[in-house]
Amino acid sequence: MFTALIFYMFASIAIASGVMVISSRNPVHSVLWLILAFFNAAGLFLLLGAEFLAMVLVIVYVGAVAVLFLFVVMMLDINMVELREGFLQYLPTGALIGVVLLVELLAMFGGWAFAPDIDALIKAPTPTLDQASNTVALGKIIYTNYVYLFQASGLVLLVAMIGTILLTHRKRTGVRKQVVADQVNRSTSSVELRKVQTGRGI
Amino acid sequence: MVDLLAGLLPPFLWRLIVIVVQIVAIVLPLLIAVAYLTYAERKVIGAIQLRKGPNVVGPFGLLQPMADGLKLFVKELILPTSASPAVFIGAPMITFLLALVAWAVIPFDKGWVLADINVGVLYVFAISSLGVYGIIMSGWASNSKYAFLGGLRSAAQMVSYEVSIGFIMISVLLTAGSLNLSTIVEAQANSVWYIVPHLPMFFLFLISGLAETNRAPFDLPEAEAELVAGYNVEYSSMAFALFFLGEYANMLLMGAMTSILFLGGWLPLPGLAWLPIPGALWLILKICFVMFIFLWVRATFPRYRYDQLMRLGWKVFLPFSLFWLVLTAGVLTAFDLLPNKG
Repeated sequence: MFTALIFYMFASIAIASGVMVISSRNPVHSVLWLILAFFNAAGLFLLLGAEFLAMVLVIVYVGAVAVLFLFVVMMLDINMVELREGFLQYLPTGALIGVVLLVELLAMFGGWAFAPDIDALIKAPTPTLDQASNTVALGKIIYTNYVYLFQASGLVLLVAMIGTILLTHRKRTGVRKQVVADQVNRSTSSVELRKVQTGRGI
Repeated sequence: MVDLLAGLLPPFLWRLIVIVVQIVAIVLPLLIAVAYLTYAERKVIGAIQLRKGPNVVGPFGLLQPMADGLKLFVKELILPTSASPAVFIGAPMITFLLALVAWAVIPFDKGWVLADINVGVLYVFAISSLGVYGIIMSGWASNSKYAFLGGLRSAAQMVSYEVSIGFIMISVLLTAGSLNLSTIVEAQANSVWYIVPHLPMFFLFLISGLAETNRAPFDLPEAEAELVAGYNVEYSSMAFALFFLGEYANMLLMGAMTSILFLGGWLPLPGLAWLPIPGALWLILKICFVMFIFLWVRATFPRYRYDQLMRLGWKVFLPFSLFWLVLTAGVLTAFDLLPNKG
């Protein structure tokens, strides 16, 4: 009963903050609501016993991605009223995506309703929680059975990173750059080291 | 008496009461420690600069933190007219709250921990990565150039140094074979303190900790010379005090994490196990040692320039900690030292 109450709390706050993300007037407030939604999703993961995923969700999405997102949104001069003007134009596309997602969700839940023992049909890839903790179980399966997929996803991120650097990096002329090695290797003639006695000063 | 009470109340309520009492038992000493950390800071820096430091309020100036707190408490809370009120008020609260909740997983002694969760390291890492929100929100909500620049700097700085902190933590927990902080300390009891095999990482962690808590020489978010006081320039009274408390509680947390990951947590110094000192006191002594280094650094080093700070984080610390992680994994595998096999 207690768990159910907490579930409804997390779920309702997640949905409410999701609504606030798209309805709030200030883009920075939108991002802050988005962060709240992430948080509650992490809470839902915790309730499922997926502690590792919950923590990683907070670290990666809230701690890094959303910070950079907030960083950018704060510096942009966005006029939300102007942005909203084309809203109706995109409505059919948005509605189509929504319908597709809804159908997929219904198909999944439908499967549950028609075959209640569907859990037994899916071969559990990880051991149950009483045998190994969540993190251990995940580590054992990711780095053995799925190691190629894991590496491939890393490569996708690498390509994205190289692409970003390539797109944004440009050589600028006339910029004075500090070369730390040169400074450290500078001859001692330009600097004088003095031994100062305590309490005396120079 | 306690057993009687436990029998009378419904178990759910009794558990709640126990947890609340435990929380108070952690938070209250923490706040006192924060107050006296500010006092220690002024005394230590005073001694380094051949001054006396606070010595007027109470014996040896010991009541100075109380006087400072009272002063901030009775001041007027000013809300700038162009500020975004909810975010403006919320930011210091978030900073303070996050600085406190991370202590839930810190083990003070064998079994002395509020929440003994399996992902303790990740939890602390998650909470400390959230600390940036208090600062960036206050910088934005103040609607002031100085505060905004301070907030932006801080966001970039904290995100950068978190990456190397993460790698350092991974090196340590590969050696310990667990994400649970108590298990990490116990693993050090069975082998050596991790400062021995991971000595370079200890220093890297300390320096990254300085950057993560916005301490000198990395206190660019509040560089008073260029940004007046950075992100908290528009804050006064209790709102400012919450930022202040949060910052110092975060410093203490960094000290506790350094002690647990590298200095053996509640374990006594090697050879001194016969002393009748409880484990919690050993941990506190170690935290004091790390805090002294923090204060010492502040009194000794000039502030980094912003581009130097970024260079250090991304071009020195990140490759080095990544290299060390690969080295650790390699050594552990090659010499068959992995704690969890199979």
